[in-house]
Amino acid sequence: MRGLYLDNAATTRVDENVALSVNEVFLESYGNASSLHKVGRQARMKLEDARGKIANYLGCKSKEVIFTSGGTESNNLAIRGLAKANPLKKHIITSVIEHPCVLDAVRDLESEGYEVDYLEVDSKGLISLDDVEEKIRKDTLVVSIMHVNNEIGVVQDIEEIGRICRMRGVYFHTDNVQGFLKKKLDLGFVDLMSGSGHKVQAPKGIGILYVREGVVIEPIVTGGGQEGGLRSGTENVPGAVGLAAAIDVDFKLNKVLASRDLIIAGLLKIPGAKINGDMEHRVYNNISVSFYGIEGESLMMLLNEDGIYVSTGSACASSKLKESYVLKALKVDEMYIHGSLRLSLGADAIGEEDYIVEKIRESVLKLREMSPFKFSEENLKDVRDKKLEIRKEVLGNEEEQEDN
Amino acid sequence: MGNTDYNEAVMDHFRNPRNMGELKDADAEATVGNPSCGDVMRIMIKVSDDKIADIKFQTMGCAAAIATSSMATELAKGKSLDEAEKISNKDVSLALGELPPIKEHCSNLAADALRLAIANFRKNKK
Repeated sequence: MRGLYLDNAATTRVDENVALSVNEVFLESYGNASSLHKVGRQARMKLEDARGKIANYLGCKSKEVIFTSGGTESNNLAIRGLAKANPLKKHIITSVIEHPCVLDAVRDLESEGYEVDYLEVDSKGLISLDDVEEKIRKDTLVVSIMHVNNEIGVVQDIEEIGRICRMRGVYFHTDNVQGFLKKKLDLGFVDLMSGSGHKVQAPKGIGILYVREGVVIEPIVTGGGQEGGLRSGTENVPGAVGLAAAIDVDFKLNKVLASRDLIIAGLLKIPGAKINGDMEHRVYNNISVSFYGIEGESLMMLLNEDGIYVSTGSACASSKLKESYVLKALKVDEMYIHGSLRLSLGADAIGEEDYIVEKIRESVLKLREMSPFKFSEENLKDVRDKKLEIRKEVLGNEEEQEDN
Repeated sequence: MGNTDYNEAVMDHFRNPRNMGELKDADAEATVGNPSCGDVMRIMIKVSDDKIADIKFQTMGCAAAIATSSMATELAKGKSLDEAEKISNKDVSLALGELPPIKEHCSNLAADALRLAIANFRKNKK
């Protein structure tokens, strides 16, 4: 049976060339980058080449790139590291739709006495710039706002948020795990940025934190003093080399985008379907869709049987049995939240759009037949309005999308 | 065991649920669960000679919720009301082999729905 992997926001298959470059380090450049002998020097050279390549891509200095174990550590280092280095600033601004690693780091600081403002989002998942401006105080340590949301793919206006922070003299951190290498980001007003390898066809266990020169943070992992003292632990040279090699991966952005729009148009023909999150400010490969009156885990399981691999925001599928707080923040009706699917497309989707839509349609209708909740006309109307609105977007952006 | 590490029996009842649908001339029914947690089960029964002559279910929920609903109707069908009433949620999960532990509480409510449907039947009769 063929399998279509449509869960690239969870993780990705390592690219062949990336794997080759990583393998070379495993077998040939295996030294400890801190060793002074030839084998160590060779590993050091690989590591610094990788750092240089990433810095060049980001348009920053090599010393501004810190290697970490991944996005979670980068986000923790940014927030906790800033807090440790700036003990007098006791206020943090973030949003309600951040990744749990940001929210948990911030909640930890809250329990230690920090005050936190969690910015709400509108029904499309967007943060208001006025809110950012309004919440900044004299003692604000950092504003931490993600670039691309992991569930709904909505892209925040990082450049403008950064500009506000810079003007007000407040540090700005962005979690760019879902946008890194896929959605260009100008670091002009960004002070710290987190990125991860395994979302972009590099290995798991490698990430970066960009720290603008002059921004002082304290380490949260101490020991041998690697990475300029900011992240102790033997350098992950294979990971770093893999992450740098991922810069050359062709993500087929335009083809995947076209695929995404075809699939969305097809899914919206299923009764009781709606797309979550803004269509205009959205990463090229994300589809967050909800179906009324069914449950996402069973939908995911049926698709799994057909070799279509996706994820869901339903409570039943989460280890904590809680429904998606992101969809809740968008005030999506609970009858839709449970029936939510996230498709994060990659090359597998190209040319398979009809098959994907058909399998999802079949599965939704099968579960609807089982469900005690019948799809009412009232709901249908609401959905139909949304459908028209989104179809306009999909079919060429001729008319401006109406605000709701 | 992860959330969706279901055994073959669960998957079989999920893929091919028994007694699924609406029972047009039901004598009694009951719905348990809560839309806000995502699992809702509706059991409908037809009773003759104090026996469950026919039974059907409708469920919105995860694979475990659908499989337990299906199994509960299998266990109850043809049984006397007194016997059917004794079927517990545990009996249903045992009949399926095992459920992922996290699913025992929220997704295994079909026996509760059945018991409630029988109680409703007896109430209606009075």
